[in-house]
Amino acid sequence: MDRISDIMGRFGGVYLLPLILAALAFVLIGAPSSWATLTVAGLAMGMMVFLMASGLSLIFGLMDVLNFGHSAFVSFGAFVAASVLAALSGWLGADNVLLNIAALSLAIIAAMSFGLAAGWFFETVIIRPVYHDHLRQILITMGALIVSEQIILAVWGGTPITVLRPQFLEGAWIIGDVSIEIYRIFAFGLGLAAFVGLYLVLNRTRIGLLVRAGVENREMVEALGFRIDRLFIGVFMVGSALAAVGGAMWAGYETLITPALGGEMMIVVFIVVIIGGLGSIEGTLLGALLVGLTANYVGFLAPKLALASNMILMTAILLWRPNGLRPAVK
Amino acid sequence: MSLLTLDHMKTDIGQYAVLHDVSLEVPEGGVFVLLGRNGAGKTTTLRSIMGLWKPSPGTVRFDGTDLTGLHTADIARRGIAYVPENMGIFGNLTVEENLILATDKGRFDQTRLKRITTLFPALERFWTKQAWSLSGGQKQMLSVARAIVEPRRLILIDEPTKGLAPAIVAAMAEAFTEISREATLLLVEQNFHFARSIGRDMAVIDDGRVVHSSSMADFAADKPLQDRLLGLS
Repeated sequence: MDRISDIMGRFGGVYLLPLILAALAFVLIGAPSSWATLTVAGLAMGMMVFLMASGLSLIFGLMDVLNFGHSAFVSFGAFVAASVLAALSGWLGADNVLLNIAALSLAIIAAMSFGLAAGWFFETVIIRPVYHDHLRQILITMGALIVSEQIILAVWGGTPITVLRPQFLEGAWIIGDVSIEIYRIFAFGLGLAAFVGLYLVLNRTRIGLLVRAGVENREMVEALGFRIDRLFIGVFMVGSALAAVGGAMWAGYETLITPALGGEMMIVVFIVVIIGGLGSIEGTLLGALLVGLTANYVGFLAPKLALASNMILMTAILLWRPNGLRPAVK
Repeated sequence: MSLLTLDHMKTDIGQYAVLHDVSLEVPEGGVFVLLGRNGAGKTTTLRSIMGLWKPSPGTVRFDGTDLTGLHTADIARRGIAYVPENMGIFGNLTVEENLILATDKGRFDQTRLKRITTLFPALERFWTKQAWSLSGGQKQMLSVARAIVEPRRLILIDEPTKGLAPAIVAAMAEAFTEISREATLLLVEQNFHFARSIGRDMAVIDDGRVVHSSSMADFAADKPLQDRLLGLS
């Protein structure tokens, strides 16, 4: 195992894993067009899961909070965005790209704003009383997830809701034998933009420096004169907003959503955070891409194993690296 | 007037009473050393001053202001720096990032930075390296450097020589003497020979109580007292 790690370390380390996985899948799938379609689908799914998981990873790492309610923000983001898109259906269907973009932007902004506000409420009312107590955190955040699902059920009803997509994101690009859905390219681009933004904030700003330091040693950050509790609220709100945007994108991807959406995504999101390593944005991206690619490749090659594939992936990675691929704290 | 006054401070950690009655006057300037056996309450005293553990009852006064009950960050912003026993460095940040985090405005005062790199030349060599890659002595230097990257009136340092090579300990003694020209140092130490070489005043804590306080010169001259309080032979 050490020998494999050494060889990988010379050529890019754990960042090579998605490439190795894609190369392996290329051999197993055989047909290049199917492989390309699955790879794009996997990358798009990975980026959407990254949006949902990045905030949870920071919350885990910085605040040491086990927030099982995180996926409630995913659900609310999906439903808020779906409602805005439904209200603006005229703009979505118009043969005008600017109106399409305006409708989509408003839906994403609505989901993000809801995520920010809900994140503030959640941290202040639910999380703050249970800091430093993991058992109570699990109980209260699981409870909050159930309550959130019931609120969604009460507001939007139990019938699956169809999510409208903007006209300009419908259809696919055909390159040779390969068909690539435009929405997937957009989802990938948005996720990548979020990653670059987060990376720059964390690595090029003073706030980011504080967050990275806080993930390692909260007490020392306070002893240097910084109120880390205020930083906690900010991180929690941003993490919740990212999850809501991830939910909004996922809603457009699935096009049919139910109140159980958040609960269904929760396991995938936790797998990504654990694979990537706590508190690390790079690790979360890596974990999300691996999960997205694995789900799509295995779904094609061995559909019966599709559900178990990510669990197997997590087990394999944890056996190799018990702290995840890129934990913030070594 | 004393810079720091601890008045009948009592600190519990969970259900255990660690400090029973700590009263201390730390004068401004120089190095004040807190001596005592393992588990006597020295570290708890420093952590209680920083508000990391809350003393109750008892008061902590710094330059005439009551710090009791204040948040740790607010205590630090009054001009108190803390170098914990485990050094508290951020291993995944570079040496530069560790230091810049301790600046007030996110940028270095070049004169102070020059002084730091003169005191601890190794830090300049490892400027862009992640702090986890430093040796134990270099980590201790970084931790102390972080405490002086901005002017502070009081610096609390917990067992800075623990596990360090004699050459590094000697360099630390020189650095502390230099730093004590602009700030008061309250040093927790078990190495009496090191403490004697730099301390001006001292106190001994035993079982959560201050059992002796005097000038270092007087204490160093009283061998039977050292034997009784510190178990030195």
